[in-house]
Amino acid sequence: MLVEESARGTRGHWGRFAARRARRLLVSLWILVTASFLMIQLVPGDPVRAALGTSAPADLVASRRSQLGLDEPLLNQYLGYLQNLLTGDLGESILTQLPVAETIGQRLLATLSLALPAFVLTFAIAVPVGVVMAVATRRGRRRRTELTFVGTSIVLGSIPEFVVCVALVAVFAVNLGIFPAAGRDGIESYVLPVLALSVGPAAVMARIVRVEMLAVLDADYIRTARAKRLSSLRVNLRHALPNALTATLTLSGIMLATMVAGTVLVEAVFAWPGLGGTIVSSIQSRDYPLVQSAVLTYGAIALTVNTLADVAIAAIDPRSTIGDS
Amino acid sequence: MRRDRPEVLRTPVGIVGITLLGVLAVLAVLAPLLWGERATATDTYDILAGPSAQHWAGTDNLGRDIFFRTLVATRLSLVLTLMATTLGVGLGLLLGMAPLLLPRRLGRPVVAFVNLLLGFPSLLMVLFLAVILGVSTTSAVLAIGIAIAPPFARLAHTLGAGVADLDYVAAARISGVHPLRVVVRHVLPNVAEPLVVNATVTASSVLLAFGGLSFLGIGVQPPQYDWGRLMQDGLSSIYTNPLAALVPGIAFVLTGLAFNLTGEAAAGTFGAKARSRARWRPTRTRRVAVRPSRPDEQEDARADVVLDVRDLVVSFPGPCGSISPVRGVSITLRSGEAVGVVGESGSGKSMTALAIAQLIEEPGRVTAERLDFCRTDLRSGSRAATDALLGTSLAVVFQDPMTSLNPVMRIGGQLAEGARRHQGLTRQDAAARAVDRLRAVHLRDPERRARQYPHELSGGMRQRAMIGMGLMGTPRLIVADEPTTALDMTVQRQVLDLLEETRHDHGTALLMISHDVSVVSSICDRVLVMYAGRIVEDLPSADLHTKARHPYTRALIGAVPDMATDLHAPLDTISGHPVDPRHLPVGCAYAARCPLVSERCRQEEPTLEADAIGEVACWHADEPARAETLEAVR
Amino acid sequence: MSRLDFEDVTVRYGHHTVLDGVSLTVPEGQIMGLVGESGSGKSTLARAAVGLAPLAGGRVLLDGRPVRHQGRRRPVQMVFQDPFSSLDPRMSIGQSIVEALPERLRRAPRAAEIARLLQLVHLDPARAADAPSRLSGGQRQRVAIARALAGRPAVILADEITSALDVSVQGAILNLVREMQRETGLTVLFISHNLAVVRYVATHVAVMAGGRIVEQGPTARVFSSPASDYTRELLASMPVPAARRHLSQNPI
Repeated sequence: MLVEESARGTRGHWGRFAARRARRLLVSLWILVTASFLMIQLVPGDPVRAALGTSAPADLVASRRSQLGLDEPLLNQYLGYLQNLLTGDLGESILTQLPVAETIGQRLLATLSLALPAFVLTFAIAVPVGVVMAVATRRGRRRRTELTFVGTSIVLGSIPEFVVCVALVAVFAVNLGIFPAAGRDGIESYVLPVLALSVGPAAVMARIVRVEMLAVLDADYIRTARAKRLSSLRVNLRHALPNALTATLTLSGIMLATMVAGTVLVEAVFAWPGLGGTIVSSIQSRDYPLVQSAVLTYGAIALTVNTLADVAIAAIDPRSTIGDS
Repeated sequence: MRRDRPEVLRTPVGIVGITLLGVLAVLAVLAPLLWGERATATDTYDILAGPSAQHWAGTDNLGRDIFFRTLVATRLSLVLTLMATTLGVGLGLLLGMAPLLLPRRLGRPVVAFVNLLLGFPSLLMVLFLAVILGVSTTSAVLAIGIAIAPPFARLAHTLGAGVADLDYVAAARISGVHPLRVVVRHVLPNVAEPLVVNATVTASSVLLAFGGLSFLGIGVQPPQYDWGRLMQDGLSSIYTNPLAALVPGIAFVLTGLAFNLTGEAAAGTFGAKARSRARWRPTRTRRVAVRPSRPDEQEDARADVVLDVRDLVVSFPGPCGSISPVRGVSITLRSGEAVGVVGESGSGKSMTALAIAQLIEEPGRVTAERLDFCRTDLRSGSRAATDALLGTSLAVVFQDPMTSLNPVMRIGGQLAEGARRHQGLTRQDAAARAVDRLRAVHLRDPERRARQYPHELSGGMRQRAMIGMGLMGTPRLIVADEPTTALDMTVQRQVLDLLEETRHDHGTALLMISHDVSVVSSICDRVLVMYAGRIVEDLPSADLHTKARHPYTRALIGAVPDMATDLHAPLDTISGHPVDPRHLPVGCAYAARCPLVSERCRQEEPTLEADAIGEVACWHADEPARAETLEAVR
Repeated sequence: MSRLDFEDVTVRYGHHTVLDGVSLTVPEGQIMGLVGESGSGKSTLARAAVGLAPLAGGRVLLDGRPVRHQGRRRPVQMVFQDPFSSLDPRMSIGQSIVEALPERLRRAPRAAEIARLLQLVHLDPARAADAPSRLSGGQRQRVAIARALAGRPAVILADEITSALDVSVQGAILNLVREMQRETGLTVLFISHNLAVVRYVATHVAVMAGGRIVEQGPTARVFSSPASDYTRELLASMPVPAARRHLSQNPI
């Protein structure tokens, strides 16, 4: 019978999904690496001269050039760059001549110690709030609550991170003096930066969760669940929520990656000794090897986040392991 | 949809957004002309001062007035935002539409490339481009414009490809319309609305990105200044004068809000579009005094009655009073009896099924003079009392097996959960029963099926699983709403056979809703014909083709060919449209379409009268169909 | 009058073969029915004939010459299943019809042509300026037929044109198809999953399964004495009124 053929094994899907996703990750990584390599090549004029300034002696410039391998043919430089990357050698800073890998390693830890709690906080706020709002305001009920929620979330989502930072500093550090205004020193120094990082994304994501949840609650399979006379709690949490979450994750994967980039601004306000401060100061001082590696690191984090989001979606919804590209 | 007023202006929120945008535009034009000099005037005696009557937000390190600097910076902030947005949106549109115009071989790489770029946050791309292009205002515009292009391209492509898949685009292509013209005339106009909305919201994020860059010192370079630059200057003196950083911050928030509120209002977030603005009002349907289910004398006759419904009314609140898609339906079903309900879409047949299954949701209202299932009154409204009964004795099968099963749960789990709740089975027992029920509905290898997800089953198998779900308990009644409409013909036969077998084996009653007269008459004992929320005829299905008396029933049968239809005669047609439940006529609802219509039909609504064959609601029930009239009114 | 020939037509999407060497002749001036279940490839066959599905092998011939997929004049036209997605919501129905006209006309003859086509499908010519949203499903399907006729086609492909319609208007559309074919002498390929509908409109019928034609011939012959098992299975699964079924099951 034709019918039986269409039933396929789930394991095959997972294998193919893993292969497809790994391929995509590798291609993305390759693009990232190549782009960061080309970055220095694309800088107009001589990057070393630009970094050291017009007054630097010509022989110093020349020696740094050869140190960076900029005199060799492009292909050799590229291969050398790839080889160094694989061995963990990210080169040396033009200005301080410290190994870049070391700097990045220290700074990355500080950045992640901000980003990870902010991730957790964002989800911890957005999912419950979104679900509760969806169930409470379904089918045009409680219009006032709905308007208040949507309005608040739009207002919060419209405030840029650095304005949130400044406002938080002005209120809690300057006026009330509860939390330190800057620096990374003790647990209380984390409160304001983590809050500043998660307020906007949490507001936006809570709205996404609500919209997705509303769509799911109108689905046929929710009617089926109600026809089984299950408890409302089970219908909402076991039947509706996982479906709403997959859609939310699809939409918010990019947003979470953006959050990592948002640390750049937050770190600038709080003088946080993280990767963000490094990338800004090195752009301003044209310390290209450092910029290059910082961009590479941020990109790699973003790609990891995206991949994790896809894996999470696949774990919840086995259908997503099928499909093209 | 009426186009007299743009969507945006129909909600207070949209009006606020547009007004804010207008104020900003005026400021951008006038502020530099009016206060340009005050904003750059230095006052060396008043450096880094706090707020005062003269300088409302204090002064900066050269003694310049921060409040006026913020107002004047409106122009540069907005102009840069618009430039970068225009660049990004234009680029995105080009990238997004290109795959629709290019041959597949060239189009796919473009899509793949855009998808890859999407993986990188735009701020990172901005920083990357800022390195290559150098630190300057122009390069910041370019960098941000390029960085916002991929998300916009993705949206444009997704929407565009959705429209390009529609039949009207295919029809245009078949007619020889040039691909470029197809995109311009068919695709773009139909995706313009969401794209404009998104561009508005994108403008808000461009504003923030630009502010961020200037704030970091790699955007606008002195002596030019925008809000981001002002914020950065203000941050250094935050302990002495917090307003120096907060005033430009407020400018950011207001502008961001202006863009976002306008965009969201246009997108219909605030309910202008989809929902009617009418509030939900409890409908005051006449609630007939609750009579207890009569015991004594009729007890014996009613012993095998599974479902007894009298005067069922379903109503929803509408903009002008409540709308009732079901208006007084009465159905009695005995054990093992199969009754079909047929009618056009909008006749209220599905609503009747949902109401009987107690699945009408707020704000819908169900009232009835009697609504007894297995001699239990379902009108009590207390879910606790009826859940166990309905959960074990009532099975519901829906139309689309593709969407009626939860895609993220295994089949076995979906069958088992109801039994665990209502029959108190343990996890293992429920799982074992689920496998047993899957076997009962003739699924091969039920153990494996139970472990699979719905997408791994074919449509027919899913519909069997749905029926199996209903058989977890001991169903007295199966309510099936178009159970085979989405299935192929050979699969339809199997599912119908399965329903018949269940009915035969367990004495289960069947209430089958279908638009297809032939399906209903092949499985049901009796057929109820519905029109405009009422039953107009009730007759044995064996008599359907020969003894139907309501002109609507006859037309319904005559309009659809079967294997015995006369090939030389035209099919029956029904003129006009189904009745809109909001505008019900006074007399017979079918009068406007009926070939037998008389003055009485337009004045008086016929009631359902019983006779030898069944029941019929028509003043001309016994008159033969006038074939020539049927033809004439077409 | 024209004849449409499919010669060994193969269509593949990726590794999936949707049409596997289909050869079929739609006789000139006749309505040929094409029946089969979902996934059998019947819609793809129609799409291949108008150039919407890429051919991996074989040819589609109109009167012995390959069908043109370029230029304004397209002799093969198609009517789609869903009347709600087959008309551009932003165009009046008149504009939709004008777009399908093979040559540009001045205002007056253009209006006359629209009126003629609308009358042909029994719609009031005054409605030419209406947006599709003001029309019912059945009326939209009439417009779609008028648009297909506007291209002055030799062959019309009708893909499940009644299955998205309410029962009460199906009869009217089927009557229209028969009447239109009688008046214009067009060649029609009428795709449907419903055997009774095909029996009513088509003089010839082809049965498809798994991307192949399993049987074809005059409708009366195929339905009364099917040669293939699959056709027999299809016919057996037709819902038969319970009364008649009991009779046929218990022959005395």
